[in-house]
Amino acid sequence: MQLREILGKYPKTEDYLIEILLDYQKTKIHHYLSEEELKEIAEHLNISESKVSSVMTFYTLFSMKPKGQYVIQICHDVPCYVNDQNSILKTLTNLLNIQVGETTEDKMFTLEYTSCLGACDKAPAMRIGEKTFTALTPNKVKAILAEYRGKKHA
Amino acid sequence: MLEKKMLTKRFGIVNPLSIKDYIDNGGYISLRKALTMEKITIIDEIENSKLRGRGGAGFPVHIKMLSLAKEVSDVKYLVNNADEGEPGNFKDRALLENDPHLTIEGMIISAYASGATKGYIYIRGEYNRAISIMKWAVDQARDMGYLGENILDSGFDFDIEVRTGAGAYVVGEEFALLESIEGKAGRTRVKPPFPTERGLFGKPTLINNVETFCNLPFIIEMSGKSFAKIGTPSSTGTKLISLSGNINNPGVYEVPFGVTLRDVIDTLGGGVPESRKLKMVQLGGACGPIIPEFMLDLKIDYDRFEDFESKTGAGAIIVMDDRHNLFEVLLRIVEFFGHESCGKCTPCREGHIQLEYLVKKFLYNESTPKDLFSLESLARVMHQTSLCGLGQSSPISLISTLGYFRDEYHNRIEFAGKE
Repeated sequence: MQLREILGKYPKTEDYLIEILLDYQKTKIHHYLSEEELKEIAEHLNISESKVSSVMTFYTLFSMKPKGQYVIQICHDVPCYVNDQNSILKTLTNLLNIQVGETTEDKMFTLEYTSCLGACDKAPAMRIGEKTFTALTPNKVKAILAEYRGKKHA
Repeated sequence: MLEKKMLTKRFGIVNPLSIKDYIDNGGYISLRKALTMEKITIIDEIENSKLRGRGGAGFPVHIKMLSLAKEVSDVKYLVNNADEGEPGNFKDRALLENDPHLTIEGMIISAYASGATKGYIYIRGEYNRAISIMKWAVDQARDMGYLGENILDSGFDFDIEVRTGAGAYVVGEEFALLESIEGKAGRTRVKPPFPTERGLFGKPTLINNVETFCNLPFIIEMSGKSFAKIGTPSSTGTKLISLSGNINNPGVYEVPFGVTLRDVIDTLGGGVPESRKLKMVQLGGACGPIIPEFMLDLKIDYDRFEDFESKTGAGAIIVMDDRHNLFEVLLRIVEFFGHESCGKCTPCREGHIQLEYLVKKFLYNESTPKDLFSLESLARVMHQTSLCGLGQSSPISLISTLGYFRDEYHNRIEFAGKE
């Protein structure tokens, strides 16, 4: 979707900035906003670019750098930690051959930590895009990754 | 019966996407009743119910409502805090995803009684499912005449908008949340003035947690006095508990105030798996105290919990078995708060860096008696001098372990460098 289309969906007031940013970032394959786009949003709302930038950098769901097509976010808060989140993290770093905060060479996956996903009753949990996966085991993670890799070739 | 299903009674019975299901199961009856009542009578009923806020601080609900009602302003806001970011808490997600109209009904009753003209439900960005369900539910409520102009021909106008967070724990703090709704970075404000005086867009604003609003239809339905009979004299009604960690049956449980932690962990939760031993329990979430097994006969009650310089929190119970290292757990917590600190005030911003450094020394067996002293005084300074709830409550877990698990600190110092 075009940025202009999304801007048109919202009232032209500054308080919709976060909604606009979230909505637009969702449409981008690599989950980030460029400086040009940031500028266009600032102009549209009649606020400074630095204001938009301060919001972008404050909230963890926004990025100004390209990420992989699928962003894998693994929870590392206490309820997941005590349910062997470590083995899930190891499985992910081994299979993807990257560390947390990195993107695979083929730009398919980025691995990140996330704050609590509110799925503590089915820990450990992770999210890929907007989909939450729970009660993870190393084998389950392998199967999930294989499925996502398959999507690429499909 | 240990559980008392009131707020959760429709879970699994109604389709959350169907307002008809909600209405067929007694929904919006309390709103109809409230609209025939005097506004002050509604607030009186809430005072009689002795309802306290469910978001963590436990402030009496009617006082905030009365403050908002007394403010003279053309616009007054109501905010539903659904920014459930405290690790270990998932009961608001359960309320939003399973019975979305209950909290909406509570908001409309609250708005009518205190004269709010517009409401916001602020849901954290990680809760995609809850966001879409709530947006759908608000639209349905508007289509059916429960929101918008002249609600149910009462002459009362009120509408709700769903707003989304974008990943910032601190935004659960009320002023940071208001900043976020205004489209800004979520950094708190200095108070006073309190939100009911100058809140969202500078207007009087009442903020409550999802679960708090969910209680209002029941108070209107059964009267404040009947509601006050549930639970204990100081903590009335039920509490939703988010039970997680090393536990056989994790999940959301609704219990009357006054049941013990042991009741919840052993009877409802089925105890620790594989017959391992329970080592410690964290209450409330990452910002809550960590207590040993022998304290589990403690009752879930606002007053009892204040003994920990803490609050009941939002009702999380995180169980940890004896495989877990205390300092590993503390490091997780300190790193979490360090990352989530907004950086506005010095004790919180700089304090977390030093806390992390000191906890690591204990974890890696490099600690000295001086480190224990530094850790203890730093944690207290942060607790007492941080600007908002984040920095004030973040050291609570650590401070509690300095009391209950002090031997572990001494052992680490004794074995420092002797691996």
